[in-house]
Amino acid sequence: MNMPVVMTPNISLEEASEFVSLEADLLDHACYEEWLALWTPTSRYVVPIDPAATEFEDKLNYAYDDHAMRRKRTDRLLNGQSISASPVARTVRLLSRFRILEADGARCDLRCAQFLTEHRRGRTRAYTANLTYRLVREAGALKIDQKVVRLINSTEALGGISYIL
Amino acid sequence: MNFAAKLAPDAAELVRQDRVQSSLYTDPAIFEAEMTRIFERTWVWVAHASEIAEPGDFKMAMVGLQPVIVVRDRKGAVHVHVNRCRHRAATVCEVAKGKTNSFVCPYHGWSYALDGSLRGVPYDAGYAGAIDKREFPLRSLRVEQYAGLTFASFKHDIEPLSDFLAGAKKWIDLFMKQSAGYPLATLGEHKFRFPGNWKIQLENTTDAYHFPLVHKSFLTAADKETEAMMDIMNNGGFVEDLGNGHSVMTMIPSLTDLEDNLDAPIPKKFETLAAELAQDHSDQEVRRIVRAVGGTGFNLNLFPNLGCSAAFFRVLQPISVDETEVRHVALGMQGGPKAANRERLRIHEFFQGPMGFGSPDDAEVWDRVQHGAQGGKDLWLMLNRGIASEEQLTDGHRRSEVSAETGMRAAYQQWKAMMEQPA
Repeated sequence: MNMPVVMTPNISLEEASEFVSLEADLLDHACYEEWLALWTPTSRYVVPIDPAATEFEDKLNYAYDDHAMRRKRTDRLLNGQSISASPVARTVRLLSRFRILEADGARCDLRCAQFLTEHRRGRTRAYTANLTYRLVREAGALKIDQKVVRLINSTEALGGISYIL
Repeated sequence: MNFAAKLAPDAAELVRQDRVQSSLYTDPAIFEAEMTRIFERTWVWVAHASEIAEPGDFKMAMVGLQPVIVVRDRKGAVHVHVNRCRHRAATVCEVAKGKTNSFVCPYHGWSYALDGSLRGVPYDAGYAGAIDKREFPLRSLRVEQYAGLTFASFKHDIEPLSDFLAGAKKWIDLFMKQSAGYPLATLGEHKFRFPGNWKIQLENTTDAYHFPLVHKSFLTAADKETEAMMDIMNNGGFVEDLGNGHSVMTMIPSLTDLEDNLDAPIPKKFETLAAELAQDHSDQEVRRIVRAVGGTGFNLNLFPNLGCSAAFFRVLQPISVDETEVRHVALGMQGGPKAANRERLRIHEFFQGPMGFGSPDDAEVWDRVQHGAQGGKDLWLMLNRGIASEEQLTDGHRRSEVSAETGMRAAYQQWKAMMEQPA
């Protein structure tokens, strides 16, 4: 008798784009608990400096966050102790140009464009980035295993960014 | 008549022993004078030797507002040239860092050797012999190094770098111990800008007073051990005027000499790292590396643009009277254990840079200083904290408790001396 084959449906472009749009909405609306729950236990949130980097652990990044660091980052946005995050900048981020780079059963690499506008204390700034997500399906739900935010001006001087890109 | 010449008689009125005028942050004429009187007449830090380690290695830098190239020639000598073609001024380099055999102007193709000499002029027959290449090298600055710190000066008859650093040298030597016996190497940098005058950041490097308030969110996010260690107002530290505008602030006196106390217990936060290092290193090596990983417990402020700040270099770049670029250069152990360098990178990312838990809060208050200085322009900026308890040491240096504004007073006295020099 053959073992039953468990079919894991591939992650479609539509499903992946909807999921990362949800993530963007959660960040823009400061729903941090829900945001923290989107990640796998071993995941990383990375904002690299080197535009060509694909390995980040041995490089200097703007952010290289595991779960504990993401938790600290969201706490900082909420606890009122950081003067640069009191108040937190208002942000609106638009995601577009979705493309699946690689899909393999319960995992896919998605790339898209992000155009983020920030407003705080009378000043409006824009940050444009390529986002690359490694998404996995865990117990039926999509999770982020890696999110890499490649700012197009990452090698230039930036302003203080006291929020999550 | 230039602004600097007009300013000279006033410099004494702008700076007193314990206070300075707000116009030092806001007056474009003062800024313009600083860029020539200070930045073109002193030693300005341009690179660490590890950034230009091999022949042909170069990086772009700035001395005041002038773009320069720092380059190591084939024989190993380091040169600093103004990044400007001697023909019609185009930059001969727009790559931040790299390796090359020569610098070629993209406009008409004049080419320069690494030592700055003009080598090629295309279609030179058109000059009918009227051009002597020996007369048109790239303009070069004087260059000297101390412990890998590379400085340049437009003033060719300036005092030797060693004399300029003077009292700061012993602190530079202590700072370099954080590479644990490996060569010190730069590991990348964070760059950010804030809308404020460069001296606001210069002051901050020896300002312990702001730390518990501005960096409350960092202290909360840090582990308990780090939080206790960074209780810098109560650690018995001091600030010392080292002469020539330089100063040092010891925040964690127990981490002044990283080769001392190697038998002390390994901090909890480094236990995992120590265990990993123990696979390839002796107990003594592990202790030395672990103690070096967290960096030193002091900030050394070198006038006008370099801070050797705990575990990184802080480089100041004035942009305009109310705009400043700050670079935080991460440091590590060249060829050292990967795990140790990773730990250093993560520590750097935690506090520094535009997304760190420290720098954006600093940038925010400096922004507020610049904004506030637009009001009450006749009011003084007060720098008198700790002046009453200042003591004079046998070497003539003045020292006071950790949160004293002694370092700022030192910097402004140097500022005043340089600004008062004849144009």
